Amino acid sequence: MNSAFLYALVGVGLFSLGLYALIIHTHLLRKILAINVMGSGVFLVLIALAKRTGLAVPDPVPHAMVITGIVVAVSATALALVLMLKLVAATGHAELSDDQRESQ
Amino acid sequence: MTGTPWGIILIMLPLAGGMICFLWPRVSTVLGLLTSLAVAVSVAGLGWQLQEYGVYRHAIGGWGAPLGIDLYADGLSLLMLAVTALVGLGVGIYSTGYFSCEDSQRFWPIWLFLLAALNALFLAADIFNLYVTLELMGLAAVALTSLTGSKDALRGAMRYLLATLLGSLAYLFGVALLYHGFGTVDIGMLAERVESYPIAWAAFGLMGAGLMLKTALFPMHFWLPPAHASAPAPVSALLSALVVKASFYILLRLWLTIFGPLNEGIELLFGLLGMMAILWGSLQALRQTRLKLLIAYSTVAQIGYLFLAFPLAMTTGASAWHAMAYLALSHALAKAAMFLAAGNLLRFGGHDRIADLDRVVQRLPLTAGAFALAGVSIMGLPPSGGFIGKWLLLEAALAQGHWGIAAIMLVGGLLAAAYIFKVLGHTFTQADISHEPVAVPASMEWAALLLAMGAVLLGFLASPIFSLLDIGNAFSLNGVSP
Repeated sequence: MNSAFLYALVGVGLFSLGLYALIIHTHLLRKILAINVMGSGVFLVLIALAKRTGLAVPDPVPHAMVITGIVVAVSATALALVLMLKLVAATGHAELSDDQRESQ
Repeated sequence: MTGTPWGIILIMLPLAGGMICFLWPRVSTVLGLLTSLAVAVSVAGLGWQLQEYGVYRHAIGGWGAPLGIDLYADGLSLLMLAVTALVGLGVGIYSTGYFSCEDSQRFWPIWLFLLAALNALFLAADIFNLYVTLELMGLAAVALTSLTGSKDALRGAMRYLLATLLGSLAYLFGVALLYHGFGTVDIGMLAERVESYPIAWAAFGLMGAGLMLKTALFPMHFWLPPAHASAPAPVSALLSALVVKASFYILLRLWLTIFGPLNEGIELLFGLLGMMAILWGSLQALRQTRLKLLIAYSTVAQIGYLFLAFPLAMTTGASAWHAMAYLALSHALAKAAMFLAAGNLLRFGGHDRIADLDRVVQRLPLTAGAFALAGVSIMGLPPSGGFIGKWLLLEAALAQGHWGIAAIMLVGGLLAAAYIFKVLGHTFTQADISHEPVAVPASMEWAALLLAMGAVLLGFLASPIFSLLDIGNAFSLNGVSP
């Protein structure tokens, strides 16, 4: 029970770190990585909570959710990376911050 | 509840159609239109089934709720499915004129995937399935936004993708906490088991924040105007009319079944944000010089109206929810029509600067008519669908003495009139720089006009729509106070 709680806390920590990085970094690759770190945090929480019953066999439902979540995260990351490469090809840099100035 | 499994058909049809369109691009336009039509027919079939037998529930593969995946449809889901099918049909017809052959081959597969995701979302009966459909919808919507590949479209799509992923992750975190706290992801079971523990509120905080971000409720609307304004016109119509409503639908469902009955005053926060969204969105819309940005900010404002129902429903119950559902339906039709009309004007003049619209009324009367009719519904003038929704909401606000909400609604209506007449005024006059008009295909003009007429016609259909909405009593759990 205690170690599961520790893992869950680490998951919350990863989620928060990812959120922080998503907000402060301007480079898109870092933002995409930050989203992935956040996702790993959520997955870690789910896996830790699967042990909450305290039985020898963990609850399989959260594991199924994590597998589904990983599939979604892989596709989302692929789409994000393609979009970033297209953006770099079109604008020459991988940041969003200066778009206000240019689109005016 | 035996009979045809319309729910399965509604998900499988667009999914299969999308795949065939992807594999066999040459037939994509014909097949896409046929699929849209078939989806509309299936929604009618589901509607008939609901009226005959009541609520629809289907356990996929025969596995029941706690372990398997259930599909569920009541009046609320039916109306969302119906408006999705209608807008989808209109946009499909429009896209035949709008897209070049090559773009059309890219548009149809992604749009049909999006349609499958939307249908699955409106039919989902558990919160994890909602997460999956939410992600499917988000990814398809981002891909559609970036369809043209222009700089602005790519930037808008990237911003949208980051926002939508952040929103989904927050939602998924909430799902994890709810499952931990109450041991199920089925909405019906959660509704029975949930109690006002801190874990429930932490979950609602995360899910609510994620969904508000995806719904673009003020102050989390920053991603919406660039994404909706830079996408191609048919895509803007789909995003503003349907995709934003889908995440709102999830929030509404969660509120109605799980969190609303816990009753801790969150609805006042929703109401407050809604009021600020109305003011901010309308003022920003009024300031815009580009037509598509104006319409996008108008969406931000109209989203605000939907959130006003949360505080009002605490005492009047169903009637405020009815008003909100009505507003959501008529906004979907009207806003789709408006974006399509804007697409026509963009094609016609080669730009969407409002001040340079050149004698549009004389030269594109159907498009100008579509914009005006959609505007009537957005402003909330009788006899449109927007009028019924806003009138019922205003009535609820006045009956309960929520003067602030009533005043904001009236100010919002005036501001809406101001920004719509700002556009209409310029359509009558000659611009300083006149230009050679580009011909607009009839399918594009008629699709916009028919959707706008639908938004106005909704104003005459109040009683059948309210009786459909009440199938399954979606609004009763959070019902009238004793």
